[in-house]
Amino acid sequence: MQPMRKYLSSAWQALFGDPVRAFGVVSLILLLALAIAPAKEHFSQWHSFQRKYLALIHDRGDAVSLRRRFVPGIHQIWLPELGVVDRCTTCHLGLNESSLSDVGQQPFRKHPVVPHPLDGFGCVICHGGQGQATTVAEAHHSERAGEDPILPTRYIESGCGQCHQNSLLGTPQLNLGRTLLARYGCVHCHAITRPDGSKVEATDHPPSLAHVADKSTREWIFSWLKDPQAYAASTTMPNYKLSDGDASDISAYLVSSSKPQAGDSAAPSAKPTVAADPSAGPSLYGESFCASCHAVQNSAGNLVGGDLGPELTRIGNKAKPEWLAAWLENPRIYDATTLMPQYRFTPQQITILVAFLQAKTDSDYGSGVHLDAASPQQIAHGRKLIVELGCAACHEINGVQKPENFAPELSTIGSKPLAQIVFLPGMEHTMSSYIVAKIHEPRVFGPSVKMPQFALTASQTDALTTALLALTNRSRTMPDNLRVAATPETNYQPAGHAGKLINELACFSCHRFNGRGGDMAPDLTWEGSSVQRQWLTDFLHNPNTLRPSLIRRMPRFNLSDSDNKELTDYILAVYQSPAIDADLAPLATSPPDVVEHGRQLFYSKYACQACHIVDTKTDKGYIGPTLTQVGSRLTPAWVYAWLKNPQALRPGTTEPNQNLSNDDARALTAFLMSQKGPGGRGAKQ
Amino acid sequence: MMRRLSASMTIGISGALALLSFASLAGCKHSAPANAGLKATAQGTALVESSGGHQVGVTGTALKDPLVVQVNDDHGTAVPGALVEFHGTAGVSFDPAAVLTDSSGQATTSVTLGAIAARYDLSAVTPGKVKPVSLEIVETALGYQERVGSILADKYCNRCHDPESSPERVSNYDNLEVKPHQFTEGNTLNKMSDADLTSIILHGGPALNRSALMPPYGNTLGAADVKALIAYTRAVSDPPYQPPGTVYARK
Repeated sequence: MQPMRKYLSSAWQALFGDPVRAFGVVSLILLLALAIAPAKEHFSQWHSFQRKYLALIHDRGDAVSLRRRFVPGIHQIWLPELGVVDRCTTCHLGLNESSLSDVGQQPFRKHPVVPHPLDGFGCVICHGGQGQATTVAEAHHSERAGEDPILPTRYIESGCGQCHQNSLLGTPQLNLGRTLLARYGCVHCHAITRPDGSKVEATDHPPSLAHVADKSTREWIFSWLKDPQAYAASTTMPNYKLSDGDASDISAYLVSSSKPQAGDSAAPSAKPTVAADPSAGPSLYGESFCASCHAVQNSAGNLVGGDLGPELTRIGNKAKPEWLAAWLENPRIYDATTLMPQYRFTPQQITILVAFLQAKTDSDYGSGVHLDAASPQQIAHGRKLIVELGCAACHEINGVQKPENFAPELSTIGSKPLAQIVFLPGMEHTMSSYIVAKIHEPRVFGPSVKMPQFALTASQTDALTTALLALTNRSRTMPDNLRVAATPETNYQPAGHAGKLINELACFSCHRFNGRGGDMAPDLTWEGSSVQRQWLTDFLHNPNTLRPSLIRRMPRFNLSDSDNKELTDYILAVYQSPAIDADLAPLATSPPDVVEHGRQLFYSKYACQACHIVDTKTDKGYIGPTLTQVGSRLTPAWVYAWLKNPQALRPGTTEPNQNLSNDDARALTAFLMSQKGPGGRGAKQ
Repeated sequence: MMRRLSASMTIGISGALALLSFASLAGCKHSAPANAGLKATAQGTALVESSGGHQVGVTGTALKDPLVVQVNDDHGTAVPGALVEFHGTAGVSFDPAAVLTDSSGQATTSVTLGAIAARYDLSAVTPGKVKPVSLEIVETALGYQERVGSILADKYCNRCHDPESSPERVSNYDNLEVKPHQFTEGNTLNKMSDADLTSIILHGGPALNRSALMPPYGNTLGAADVKALIAYTRAVSDPPYQPPGTVYARK
């Protein structure tokens, strides 16, 4: 103690003993204290980057103008409406300098071209990270509560999705992710509300299981539950990783609760005569264009066919023949909202198709499954499992209520604070890696996790992650005028008997009318202005394809003459465009010199033969529809309006708007209207 | 005293910065420890590309097809069990970065390109019997603008400009009297200026005294769309496109 005190007092003497010396020391301390702030700034990271930037541009040809645009100090983009305070541009100094496009060194690279000005949107909206920070570590990597590290580039489209609720050309990954959220039925369990209050609706149409015993055996249900992808590789049904006992109990409950439906078990009325003609099945399957919606695995293991309906590779294992016959007869009895059309097959045709489909059986599939009759306890246990696993969130099941909010809502998952998330050991602490891991293998997060295993590829998982990361708080708090709304599907419903026919034939599954329907086939909102009566009647009787290169085609429905007339009348009367000037009808009969002028325009000035065929001997283009009989198919008013501006009639169509003069459009219309096809009146000799 | 203090601080800070940058550089060389557990059982003398080169991907995402290279010996026979390491510029990652060739002598890896839209020069290296053998592979990553261009090209252009057909999209190339140029034909397209390409897209073939089979898209595509199409063409052109440098006034 004593030496210490002695030492201190001598130090005091040495520094402050003499008033002059004391003054000097105090001045020095004051000076040092005053120097702290400027020194801190001088040695700050951003300051050294700004010095490096000046050194970088020093020797460049346009150094003078670059230096003139350089402002020293902290830069900030402040956008209160978007909650953006970004100081990134303090170090990223070359973002807007197009002459620096050859500089590869960060942080001075030029920003790649994007549709928005950087100063108007800031950086963190797309890139994540801490905008306010002025050190690299804090700005890029901070993961404290409520802070996000920089978003990996592959999810960058999530930034677009915060404002753009609609589908954009430049964001295929985001669009795919949003489609998958609906298609894989994520929203059956996880509610997602868009910022405008509308809900994301599922598009996967899981079948009702209220009458499942009519359709399938308990053994098939068991095998399916154990591994849905083993039955159909393309199915969206996830794998619940059930034990044999659990799968057996669930199948027991489903079969025991299933209520038989009249007609499903009736024996087919026509006698099987398939053995006589083995090609009848494949050719009826082909003629009916079943493959436009249903896929079948070929011998190479590739799926061939559409994905609107379930895969049919092993349909014989699944569907009982009686049920299949009833389904083909009228699918709406079993499932009122199915996408499948009612084909109006004859009993003979149904027998042929059932035999053909029943032959699509994999004898190895489920061959080892033998289930004993279930006890009441097992059935009760099956019901308990169904409630626990939330099966009824997707499927209608007798005796089980559809659960509300079965899984956590995901409306703002992109802004969930990292502090609320339990990461697995060794996992990168970012929202994106958490979502990817959760989708990739949900059950690694603990034995109590109910979320099943989905069969998704890595790129599908990334797309889903992108769509989920776009669901942020910012997208909700921003003013409405900054948001671009999604175009919701309308609930348009055609009226009367024709409306009933349109539903029965499931036209909406492929065609779009007034903002509702699929996109496989043309939008028919204005079909009535477009086509001629005779052609439409013939087409509905026997659709011949207009585009030789298409593989998805319109099937033939065995419509009665009265139904055909009803549908034709309705289409011609209701689906009329107000923009079509029907006074152009005289163009159908134009003098030969006008037609000849049109022919010259068609072949030389506008070279339409690049994409269309008028004369099958000389023309080869097949991007657009064949025009050999366009004069008997389309109305002159439609052809004229189409030539003037194709996109106005069908947005997004590939045919370019050639900005035709009225005279050229009239001459071309006259020429096209003279193409009546083989045997048609007015065909050119 | 102040001077000395500040000098020592500068040294300290620049030293720390140097250390930091060294550490970050070392971090970039991610492939170094990747082959730790791999024991090569054979050596080859040549490396050839089997598939997966010259792909066009998107920044920061994995390429669609894996990269496959084959190790051969002097007689051109495949060598199984040889070590192949993959290297790329910063930002490129390989899964796996080092791999032994399989029974058919092939080494397969999945490539994720960096965040910058550019042509990436990658290399595959195998130790070899005498000296290491390496193979250069080129992949392209498209940024936002080039990607928009590629989507537009798919919608409006490739039906004619790309002779490859798929079941979903049959090419119209063979049906045209005058054959269009593929977008990868650098020898032709690199000679055309941006202004030429813009005018042929906007006004059609006749604008440059070429075939009318190329229709005008000036009323269908916007200015940004045309720029995106040109950016895409430049990005995929082979040989690579060299932009004309900016001309500055003498100092």
